[in-house]
Parts: sequence; structure tokens; C-alpha cells
Amino acid sequence: MTDTGLPASVAALRRIREDPHRLGHRPHDGREPVQGIGMGTTGPAHKRIIVGYGFWIFLLSDIVMFSCFFAAFAVQRNATAGGPTMAEIVDLPRVAIETTALLLSSYTCMLSFAATNARNVLWTQVFLFLTGLLGLVFVLLEAWEFYDLASRGITPQRSGMLTAFFGLVGLHGVHVTAGGLWLATMMAQVLVKGFRRHIIHRLICFNLFWHALDIVWIGIFTVVYLIGSLA
Amino acid sequence: MVCDEEEGALAMAGLHVPKRLLACACAALGVASCSGGVLDPAGPVGKGDATILIDATVIMLAIVVPTILLAFWMAWRFRASNTRAEYLPYWSYSGRIEAVVWSIPTLTIMFIGGVIWIGSAQLDPFKPLPSKAAPLEVQVVALDWKWLFIYPQQRIATVNQLVMPAGTPVHFSITSASVFNVFFVPRLGSMIYAMPGMVAQLSLQADKPGDLWGTSAQFSGDGFSDMQFQVKSLPAADFETWVRSVRGNGPVLDQDAYTALMQQAQRVPISTFRDVDPQLFHAVATQKIPPGPGPQPEAPEHAGREISTGGSH
Amino acid sequence: MFGKLSLSAIPWSQPIPLITSFIIILILLGVLVLVTVKGWWPYLWREWITSVDHKRIGVMYCLLGVVMLIRGFADAIMMRSQQALAIDAPGYLPPEHYNQVFSAHGTIMILFGAMPLVLGLMNFVVPLQLGVRDVAFPTFNSVGFWLTASAALLVNVSLFVGEFARTGWLPYPPLSETTYSPGVGVDYYLWAVQISGIGTLITGINIVTTVLKMRCHGMSYLRMPIFCWTALASCLLIVAAFPILTATLAMLTLDRYLGWHYFTNTAGGNPMMFVNLVWAWGHPEVYILVLPAFGVFSEIFPTFSGKPLFGYRSMVVATLFICIVSMMVWLHHFFTMGAGAAVNTFFGISSSIIAVGTGVKIYNWIFTMYGGRVRFEVPMLWSMGFIFTFIIGGLTGVLLAVPPADFLTHNSMFLVAHFHNVIIGAVVFAIFAALEYWFPKAFGFRLDGRWGTAAFWFAFVGFWVTFAPLYMLGLGGMTRRLQHINFPEWAPWLYVSAAGVVILILGVISQVLELVLSIRNRDRLRDITGDPWDGRSLEWSTPSPPPFFNFAVMPNVEGEEAYWGIKLRAIETQQLSPEPNYQPIEMPLDSPVGFYTAFFSFVFGFAMIWYIWWLAIAALVAAFAGFVVFAWRDEHEFEVSADEVARADRARREARTAILARLSQQGAAP
Repeated sequence: MTDTGLPASVAALRRIREDPHRLGHRPHDGREPVQGIGMGTTGPAHKRIIVGYGFWIFLLSDIVMFSCFFAAFAVQRNATAGGPTMAEIVDLPRVAIETTALLLSSYTCMLSFAATNARNVLWTQVFLFLTGLLGLVFVLLEAWEFYDLASRGITPQRSGMLTAFFGLVGLHGVHVTAGGLWLATMMAQVLVKGFRRHIIHRLICFNLFWHALDIVWIGIFTVVYLIGSLA
Repeated sequence: MVCDEEEGALAMAGLHVPKRLLACACAALGVASCSGGVLDPAGPVGKGDATILIDATVIMLAIVVPTILLAFWMAWRFRASNTRAEYLPYWSYSGRIEAVVWSIPTLTIMFIGGVIWIGSAQLDPFKPLPSKAAPLEVQVVALDWKWLFIYPQQRIATVNQLVMPAGTPVHFSITSASVFNVFFVPRLGSMIYAMPGMVAQLSLQADKPGDLWGTSAQFSGDGFSDMQFQVKSLPAADFETWVRSVRGNGPVLDQDAYTALMQQAQRVPISTFRDVDPQLFHAVATQKIPPGPGPQPEAPEHAGREISTGGSH
Repeated sequence: MFGKLSLSAIPWSQPIPLITSFIIILILLGVLVLVTVKGWWPYLWREWITSVDHKRIGVMYCLLGVVMLIRGFADAIMMRSQQALAIDAPGYLPPEHYNQVFSAHGTIMILFGAMPLVLGLMNFVVPLQLGVRDVAFPTFNSVGFWLTASAALLVNVSLFVGEFARTGWLPYPPLSETTYSPGVGVDYYLWAVQISGIGTLITGINIVTTVLKMRCHGMSYLRMPIFCWTALASCLLIVAAFPILTATLAMLTLDRYLGWHYFTNTAGGNPMMFVNLVWAWGHPEVYILVLPAFGVFSEIFPTFSGKPLFGYRSMVVATLFICIVSMMVWLHHFFTMGAGAAVNTFFGISSSIIAVGTGVKIYNWIFTMYGGRVRFEVPMLWSMGFIFTFIIGGLTGVLLAVPPADFLTHNSMFLVAHFHNVIIGAVVFAIFAALEYWFPKAFGFRLDGRWGTAAFWFAFVGFWVTFAPLYMLGLGGMTRRLQHINFPEWAPWLYVSAAGVVILILGVISQVLELVLSIRNRDRLRDITGDPWDGRSLEWSTPSPPPFFNFAVMPNVEGEEAYWGIKLRAIETQQLSPEPNYQPIEMPLDSPVGFYTAFFSFVFGFAMIWYIWWLAIAALVAAFAGFVVFAWRDEHEFEVSADEVARADRARREARTAILARLSQQGAAP
């Protein structure tokens, strides 16, 4: 199992282009799974696949954790204990800017990975930096939102609903912050070491993480802010 | 009567359980688990619950005992020293055996599923008991570590003592003024959680006069082991007499008395109150009166080590 | 400066924890001094503490589990004796202490005794059975183990500094909120369980990835040993369920530390939500424990019957069936919370449905024995004991799954007897069977079967004498967690139960004696061939103990029961397969990052418990710095030369050729 350094998707496309009917490139009857992906009887998968797969499993577990906080919000969304309701605390314009920033950061993250695939250090770093910047914008806006609410006396200690709100949104913000720290570390590693195999594996994981955070945010945005402001 | 409906339902399912079987099972299971226990029910709900318990046990034993015997027979017959038994070193599949092996648990569980379905509906604690007599209302508040019983129709209250008229259904509204507890009178059946800020409904009935006991069945702190309460079932006339005697003397359950009750205390003796505000329970259940305070940590040098206040009277 | 911590945190006025802590500290110091004096630190550091070898990590997990089982058992002795002595009397443990004892007992037994043992077994066995050299993420594996170990240390520190939770092993609010539990006890519980939960999740991810993406050539999914299937199912459950625990405990932590309102009594908190969430974890947790236990028996029955497992595919289906349905039954832990007939019915039926999967497994084990030549060595004794004990435990479980029956027995001693019945009958018996079964593989010598047999009989009889009376007590109306008993009529059962504990103590002593005496006589008990039980799966093709790289050449598997086919062909042809072409191998480098991370997790947990904020932040920063330093290394693997591989494998082939000659004389081929 040689490592050409190309991701499986690019290698697969190449295979399809060169041998669309799988005449010469698979053992036995052509229905055998591809070597190196760990399916069937072809032996252990390639390290890149193992790392990515394991990280996917971790992401699934993280999404389960988020779903518990979503569930808490669903249960407690009306437990306002005489305090403010969701509709009173949602500031849609600011949330719209946060969302745009985060979605854009996902886009720049994807661009940085395209640059990594092309083994271009400069553009990888540029787009990673932009990703980090947009993530920072998101976090700062969110912190500003919390600060605003707190200065109006709207704190998680006020009611169950606010606890669930701050908890869910805050958990996501903590993840984004941790992702930002990770991003800074990755930028430093790429700077110092370049595109070694394990650095690329870590960039794969980082990309998965960042995109997953985006998906979770879309859930939060919809369930907490949009639906919350309607009720 | 719930019990007859229950027996009827079970009879429809092909399982008529006479009271004799209940008694036999009791004898087989030993004395201490019988008199005073859940298999010695004193009311229709308890009887229904106990019948289902016995039924389910019998159904399962019918499968479990042959399986255990089969396992030991199999191990004995094919022990290595028994060279007469056929050695089939490659035999590892048989469609017929698989079919049986999947069917036995499936059919058993379908049967049990039927018992579950019917039993849960029949014996839902929230379901009122059918009866000619009007139910007696009792409101129950779990405190640390005592039970408060309020009789709103009679405007009296008791601590750690539940008196009920025999043969009359009693409808309980149950809440807690501190942590989770469970209201449980073993011989009357159906325990249910007492939760702060919520009201659980339960209907029980004692068929005959007698002395029973109840307890909390959810651990609630240092005084939990003494959170039992006396249960007396009296004939209807005696019950009225008892109500009158309670109304005749004793303190009033006013705000101060209730605040005193909310403090943590262990081994609280039985006491009665001659008057109580019928809105008290509602105020407790909706937390207009906030829940009881917990332990009061004392000196600062004990910070980090919880001191349990309370103690016996 | 030190937060809430002060000298008054030490239990000066309570002789039992004080003296116990003193003795434990003495023992620990003694061990440390011994290791230092004998100069074992370099060896321990190099070969064990920084090892990323799954076999070493598996052994360390099992060692941790066994030590904590003994601690949990000590708690159990205290509980049974207190209840026997405190009938219309105060007993010797005041409520403040007794409540910690039963909370610690449950927490330790499940999370620090059974879990590490099960994780350790999976860690040790799964890569060997799959024919690969290590798990998917060996360094992460080390991190996971050391996190669990540091969490166990945290729990034990609570004996000496502060107190443990007094809420039961699942800290239901509102009792566990600061209003009703203002001390540090619940905080100890929260941080310890949280840290160990992360460790467990790491192992779960590791094994799922290993089983699904790292099997040797020719080993398709349906050629894997059943133990690997159950390990997969158990670890899928870990990945699905442990995040729920993490979230729930995090919410309780936020409530306690920051005054939030997830589960408080007032201001919109919802204590029922805790009960739902924690049991949505709690029920899969017991299946996480029991599925590998089933897997152990699925290995032992075929091996000791001399024939393949009956109905392999059925077993796979049943395993996955149990895995999935176990996520849908959690409400049966609180039927009495008043969810109503419809909800109770759904969960009652789904809980009963799990019995279908389990029943199929039991019948398949029984039919594995059909047509076999059953050898009653120690692992098989535990298996027969399991069949008897677990079936009855399952019976009482189905009883409890019927809501009206549960309305009489919820939270009673009947429930206590039931869950001990299934956990001890399945998980503990499986652990002892597995330890006996795989001990030769791990250490190169067998355990002394006579003491093992004695340990089994003491455990089996002791279990029934201890727990059968508890069923009676539950039916008599006795609820659980009572510090003293106000009903003298329950005394006879309590005395019988306490007597049963004495028998169990004899069992523990026998087990320890077995280990000690076997180590002393290890030369006589040496496992020369690597296959002491006439095994059928790939781990028995390696020497005992295996070289650190497991297999010189990764096997090429051609059917179910990979090793059995290889063995039969060798016996038939009277020769081993031809010597392979040895290639150099890449193995992962050892790393101290696991130990380092865990050390700072322990410091972080301790600091958070005692509100020492500066220390907590410092520990977090140090842990992160450690990770970055570790991530900066350039070399992850080292190469094992073809010569070294060849040398190890030729020694193995020599030993195998020797038994081949012996087998050909005895004519052992069927």
C-alpha cells in the first residue's frame, strides 16, 4: 500500500478516469474492495483512512454530547421562571453576522485544504489565517452578545431556559475557541515542519472538526434563535 | 373492582390465577417476604400488582427452569470423559434449532408483552379506582425526613401517620418540598415518585381494617432510614371518630409550623394538626412556598465537609 | 490560596476512614520505597508507564480494575455488616459515613472496577484476535488508560481528604445540588467520573476503528472471532452513550459551581431531566459491560467443547440487536416516576425484547456443547456458573420490566439482588474466566487450577448465599440504602446475607492465593507452546507472551476460526507452513504523554474540587503544553529490523515444531 500523498478522493478520481470499467486494477472479479481502505478481506486500512475514520467516530460522539444540550434546551425552553423569554433576548442581526462569519470560515477552511492537497504552503497558511480570523469574529460577537445580556441582568443563573440557552450556545463557543487554539497550533506546525504525512492527517482532522462545528451552529441557529424568536 | 377486571383480562389471556396460587407462592417463598410484604396485599391495587408479579414469574420460570436443566444436562452428557457421546467436531449450525432458539424467547416475550400492555393500563397509578364510595382526598408532602399528610376535605394534617377508612378508595396527590422521594405502602401496592414542583396522582385502597406501614423508597439523605410512616386502616365510623379527635386538639399547621417542618430533622415522631389551610398543598406544589433548605453548614473551619444538622428529637 | 482546602478536610474525628487511609498510605509508600530501592524505576518507566503496547495497557487496566474491585468489595463488606448489626440499633457507621460507603461502592465497582477490567480485556485480546500489531491509536490508548487511573486515584483520595458523594452512585438532583449536598463529596464524584469517562471514550473510539478498519488479510467481518464482534458492539455503545454522561455531569457541575439551573429545585430547573439523561447513559453502560462478557463466554464454550461456536451468524445478529435495542429502554429504571401507561408500556416491552437476543445467545452456547468434548477447566466452571446465575438474574430482570411488578419492587432490595445477579453472574464471572483463560498468553505461565476451582466455588456459593436473601427482603418491602433497619423481622435474612459475604471473602482470598502461588511456581506452570487450551483463534498462534509486535508476518486468514484451520493443516501435513519472507516492521514509539496528561488531569480535578482556581488553570495550561510538545515530535514510529523479527519467529516455530512431533505421536488430530 504505497502512499502517493494524495487523498483517497483524488486517487479514486484518477482511477476512474484511467480505468472506468475496472478492467485491470482490482484483484479477482473486480468486486473486491479497494486495497487499503480496511473493508472486507484486504487487510488493515491505510493510516490516513484510519486517522480520518477515528476522528469521524469522535465527531459523532461530540454530536451526541451536543444533542444532550439541545435536548435540555428543548425541555427547558419555556422554563423562564418569570424572567425573559427567548423572543426577548434574540438579536437576529448580530446572529446573522455571526452565522455569515462562521459559514465563510468553513469556506476558507475548505480552500485551505484544497491548497494543502496542492501542497502549497503559502495559500494553506493564508486561508487558515482567514479561517481563524473569521472564527475569532464569531467568538468575539458571541462574547459581546453574552456581555450585553449579562449587563441587562440576563444571566444563566436567572432561569432554566437561560441556563439551557447559555449552555448550548456557550458549549459551541467553547468548541470554536478550542478549534481556534488548534488552528494556531496547526499553522505553527505547517510553518516549522511543512507537509509531513502526520501534519496532513492532522489537517484532515481539523477540517472535519471545523465543518462539524459549522453544522452544529446551523442547528443552534435554527432551533434556538430562529424558532426561539418566533415563539 | 380493579382486581376482578385484572383477573378477567388475564383469564382472557389464558391465565387464571386463583388466590390459592398466590398463597402457595407465598408459602414457597418464605415467611418474612410474605406477611407484611408486597406478596401479602391488603387492597385491590396491591393485589393486581402482586398477581402480575407472580404471573410473570411463573411464565418466566416455565422457560428458565428447562433451559437451566438443558444446560447442565448438555454439559454432563458431553463431558470429555464420556466417550460414548458422539463427537461432532464440525457441527455448528442447524436451521431447525435456530428457528426454535429464536422462537422460544420471542414467544415468551410476546406473552410478557401482553401482560405488560394490559397490566400497565389497568394499574396506572393515575387511574382512579372504581367504587361506590366517594374517594377520600389526601395530599402528601415529602419533607426532610418526614411525611406530611393533609386531609383537605377534613382540614386536618398529620406527620408520619396515614389513617384511611377501610373499603374506601383514597386519592393521593403527592409532591415533595425538598428532594426526590418515593411514596410507598408495600401492602397497598403501586409506589410513585414525590417530586418537587410536581404533583403525582395515586389511588389506593385498603380493603379491611388493619395496621400497615409505608416508607420512602428513594434515598433522600441522612435521615432516609427513618422515613417510614404508620398506616392505619379503620372502619368508616372509627375513621370519623379519629378525624374528630384530631380536630379537637393539637397545634395548627400555619406558616410557622410548616417552616419548622421544613427544617431537616431525623426520627420525627407522629404528630397531628387540628387545622390546616387547604391551599397549603397547592402553594407547596407550585413552589410559591420555596422548597426546604438543606443542611446548614456551621463553622468556617468545616468548609468542604458537610455537617448534617438535624439529629433525633 | 488553597480554596476550600484546609487541615480540617482530613477526617480526624472519624476513625474508620482515618485508619484506613493511614494503612493505604503506608502500603503505597512501602511499594514506592521497594521499587526505588530495587532500582525498578527505569524498567517500569520504559516498559510500562510510557508503553503504548496494547498488551501492556491491557494488563495495567486489569490490574487497576482488580485493585478497585477489592476496594469496592471492602465497601460491600461494610454495608452488609452494618445492615446486619443495625437492626433496631445504630450500627457502627453513622449515616454520613454509610451514605458515602454505598455511593463509593457503586461508583467504584462499575466505573473503576468492572469498566477497566472489561476495557483491559478488549485492549489485550482484540488486536491479537484480529491478527494486527496494535490498536488504531496506540498513544491515545495510553492517554485513555492513564486518565482512568488518575480518576481512580481521585476517588481514593476522597477517603483521606474531604469526603465522597453521599447521594448514591448516580447523584440524583435535587439531592446532589449544592442546596442539599453543599460539601465536596459530589464534586469528587463529578470530576473523577468525568475524567474517567473521557478515558473510556478514547478506548471506545480506538476499538471501533480497530475492528472496522484494521483486520488482517482475509479476515472479513464474518470471519472475526465473536469476542471482536462484542467488543465492537460494546465500543459502539461507548461512543454513543458516554457523551451523554459527559454532558449530564457537565450540566450538574455547572449547576453546582456557577449556580445554573439545569436540575435545580427552583427557577425552571428540571430534576427529572437528569434522571432521563443519566439513565440514557446508564442503561447502555451495563450493556457495555455485559456484551464483552458474552464475548468471553463465546470464546470459552467452543474452546473447551472442542468444536466451533453454534450459530455464529445468529450470535452476530443477536449482539447487534442487543446493542441497538439497549439504547431504547432507559425508562425502565424509573417506571414509578409517573410517565403514564403508554410510555411505561413502550419501555416495558422494549426492555423485554432485549431478552430475545440474550436468550438466543444462551441457547447457542448450550448447543455449542452439543456433540463436544467438554473439559471442565476453571474457565469452563465460571461459564457454567454464569449460565445458572445469569439466567435467573435475567428472569428477575424481565419481572422488573413489567411496570406493575416494578411498582412493588422499584428501588427495593429485590432490585439490588437483581442487578448484582446479572452483573456478578455475567460480568464478574466473565472477568475471572477471562483472566484465567488469557493469563497464560499475557504472562507465559498458567494459573494454578486448584485454587482457581476453589475461588470459583466460593464465589458461586457465596454469591447465592449473599444475594438470595435480598430477593426475599425486597419482597418483604425493604427498600435499598438503609443505614439502619427498623424491622426486626428482616433480621434472619440479613444475617444469612452477611454470612454469604464471609464465603465471598474466602473466594477473594483463594483468588489472590491462586495468583501468588502461581507466580511462585511459574516455572512448573510455564506455557511453552503458546496454546495451552487448544485454542481456535489467532491469539493462540503467538508465543506466550507474544513479542511486542504480535505477529512476525500478518496472518492471511482463510475461514472462520483462523487459527484452527492453520493448526489442523499443520497436524495433517506434520509440518508448519513454510518460513515466510521476513520484512522490517514499523511499530509506534512509546511516549510519556499519557502519564503526563493524566497527572495534570488529576491535579486539575483536585484543584477544581477544592476551588483552587490558580492551580486548576496552571494544570490545564501544563496539560495543553504537554500535548503541543508531544505533537511536535518528528518520529512517531521506529523500525524493527527483519533480523529481529526473524529471530523471534524462528524461536516460535521451533517451539511449535516440537509439539507437532509430540502431537503426531499422540495422534491428536480428530
